[in-house]
Amino acid sequence: MLARIYVTLKKGVLDPQGKAVQHSLESLGYDKVKDVRLGKYMEVKLDYSRAGESEPIVREMCEKLLANPVIEDYRFEITEE
Amino acid sequence: MRNEPRVTEELVKEHGLTEEEYDKIKLILGRDPNYTELGILSVMWSEHCSYKSSKVFLQDLPTEGEHIIQGPGENAGIVDIGDGLAIVFKMESHNHPSFIEPYQGAATGVGGILRDIFTMGARPVASLNSLRFGAFDHPKTRYLLNGVVAGIAGYGNCMGVPTVGGEVYFNACYNGNILVNVFTLGLIKKEKIFKGVAYGPGNPVIYVGSKTGRDGIHGATMASEEFDEKSSERRPTVQVGDPFTEKLLLEACLEVMDTDHVVGIQDMGAAGLTCSSCEMASRAGTGIEMDLSMVPKREEGMTPYELMLSESQERMLLVVKKGREREVTEIFEKWDLDVSIVGKVTDDGMLRVIDDGVTVVEIPAKILAEESPVYIRPKERPQYLSKTEKFSTDKIPEAGNHGEVLIKLLGSPNIASQEWVYRQYDHMVRTNTVVLPGSDAAVIRVKGTKKGIALTVDCNSRYAYLDPYLGGMIAVAESSRNLVCSGAKPLAITDCLNYGNPEKPDIMWQFDQSTKGLSEACKRFNTPVVGGNVSFYNETRGEGIHPTPTVAMVGLITDIGLHMTQWFKRDGDQVVLLGKNCGELGGTEYLAAIHGQEEGPPPRLELDLEISVQDTCLEAIQEGMIMSAHDCSEGGIAVALAECCFSGPKSCHGVAVNISGDNMRGDCLLFGESQSRIIVSLYEDRLDDLRKIAERNNTPLSVIGRVGGDRLVINDLIDCPVTRLEQAWRRGIEERL
Repeated sequence: MLARIYVTLKKGVLDPQGKAVQHSLESLGYDKVKDVRLGKYMEVKLDYSRAGESEPIVREMCEKLLANPVIEDYRFEITEE
Repeated sequence: MRNEPRVTEELVKEHGLTEEEYDKIKLILGRDPNYTELGILSVMWSEHCSYKSSKVFLQDLPTEGEHIIQGPGENAGIVDIGDGLAIVFKMESHNHPSFIEPYQGAATGVGGILRDIFTMGARPVASLNSLRFGAFDHPKTRYLLNGVVAGIAGYGNCMGVPTVGGEVYFNACYNGNILVNVFTLGLIKKEKIFKGVAYGPGNPVIYVGSKTGRDGIHGATMASEEFDEKSSERRPTVQVGDPFTEKLLLEACLEVMDTDHVVGIQDMGAAGLTCSSCEMASRAGTGIEMDLSMVPKREEGMTPYELMLSESQERMLLVVKKGREREVTEIFEKWDLDVSIVGKVTDDGMLRVIDDGVTVVEIPAKILAEESPVYIRPKERPQYLSKTEKFSTDKIPEAGNHGEVLIKLLGSPNIASQEWVYRQYDHMVRTNTVVLPGSDAAVIRVKGTKKGIALTVDCNSRYAYLDPYLGGMIAVAESSRNLVCSGAKPLAITDCLNYGNPEKPDIMWQFDQSTKGLSEACKRFNTPVVGGNVSFYNETRGEGIHPTPTVAMVGLITDIGLHMTQWFKRDGDQVVLLGKNCGELGGTEYLAAIHGQEEGPPPRLELDLEISVQDTCLEAIQEGMIMSAHDCSEGGIAVALAECCFSGPKSCHGVAVNISGDNMRGDCLLFGESQSRIIVSLYEDRLDDLRKIAERNNTPLSVIGRVGGDRLVINDLIDCPVTRLEQAWRRGIEERL
């Protein structure tokens, strides 16, 4: 199974990295950029046979390590490889 | 007014205001406050902003002296160091935010204290920190330690301000409430000092820095409450720091302050726009009127309540001379910062906030900033003391092998090398650091002069727990001793007073006693308190921390060439002990680490003896007489001697000494933590000169041995290769991680 995990900053949390990228885009001449928010994308290969089985495990991984639930949200999808 | 919650009894309670406080508000305003006003009043009258429980007890602290330019009440204290220069410094706590989100909590703590310094016009040149975590084997400790240290490093390193030293302690009493106390020192020209004042009705009020988001709303009230299981639900209030914006803000502010446009300036810290505006108005006896439509916003639809209470980082409020708006705006725009004229100074003493053409806040600024309720809370001696005082050394079995005990102590987290921590900090940037982390005090050079500044931070909270008065005195005495050992004359202190819930009489008693101890010692050492903060409610589920009056002290070295370090320099040098061994075991690291007890009275402190030992040591250093100086603290003389052997940057030295104490047990002699002791080493031919100074100052002096070989030998008690001791010490913290 393959878990594709997306971690993004919670709405409203300041994103200094996004701000820096936005700034760089603007200085390259992209003057229509309104906002940039950066996040992480992760792929985790798992040795489970059913998606339902791995779901709570992936959620636990996100809560414990892959995301910082204090300031970040996460979502994921689990598929056959 | 638009869709704002109605102010009900319940809402008042949720805002942490008591019934009496709310009645007082109604009396002052002559009406009920609206929702935004309630938020503003609750945050300005919170413990964190108002010092309502501590004010009365702090009055006795000495705050004046011949070198003191600015005492408490401004953003930071200022001390004259001659040559037209002054130093600006302050320490602040960021305990609650760091427990909730260690990286961002610690990072924004550093950001806040840096702004406190450059808002006075000073360029920050050095930072310190004092960190306290729970027991090393507690499940959260490693996570919190890693996050806090990385957060301090992340922010401080980006800003290009060296973190030159600090302390890290571990104790189970901090399991549910860690302490993160951060300190920054800046340099300033005496004629270029700026203050947080809004003089001159009609002058424009300018907002600069980052945009305002919904960050940390009610952070200050959070710091005024105990934690419970639900505190994780408060999490969205955590702010995120952006050190790169802060660096721009620093440079832009210093550039603006180099012109003559600025009347007053203050950073937006706790309670953001509210606190900075009403404090600046209150200090100047004026009022401020602001139009919220002019405030740069990060999100849409922000309410006046949110805008006034947001704790978004990296923001400043300026009052500039009328007619200079364009010049000031241009400078900030050049640095890529948001800048906006948000209001003006008025002469009616009111903080008035306008939103959409409607006045949403109208409260006298003085009421907010200075006339909060003041409490003289009841105090009572805690019960636990009658138990801990019963301690008797006779009940402690003496360990058989003192060498093994020493190895264990050197590897224990509170004594072991903190290199793992300070390696992550940039401590060399700006190339002024003369003594790096790892000696008694850090020393930085004052470029363009022969002078140096020594700085240290210290508190043994176990002593303060067992005897708050004595603990407070010892925190000052040891800081002073650390500075003296580096060759500096102590000038002044800043403090962070960290305690449990002040509504409990025994916590209030601890606070009162330790503040009295601080006060007494500061008076005797002639080191006034120029600023700091009080952090109450460091409790989780009713369990309070040890009282922790952290002291950061700053001293002056008149000739940087004569600074001193703690390690032995040369084989053959004589080793001398200034002070005497009394063998007290109460409250020692030995008792806690080896016997698992936190009992007994802490070691005695005779201020006369302490001052005499320090005077002799400082005089000897200034005469160029001695090669090393190190004070005895946690782990006693055995640990101090071991550190003299191996803590230097180059090769290790051995030492053989014979120490004496009236018929005392081996462990008392080796690991007892008697105060007022300094180990110095010197060329043999300077011994008579040192004796003369000691005699004149009436300082006990004993020649105890000689540097040489590769073993640490103490009487017939310890005989151990220095390399073994060093390994235990160097690996102590890293191995546990």
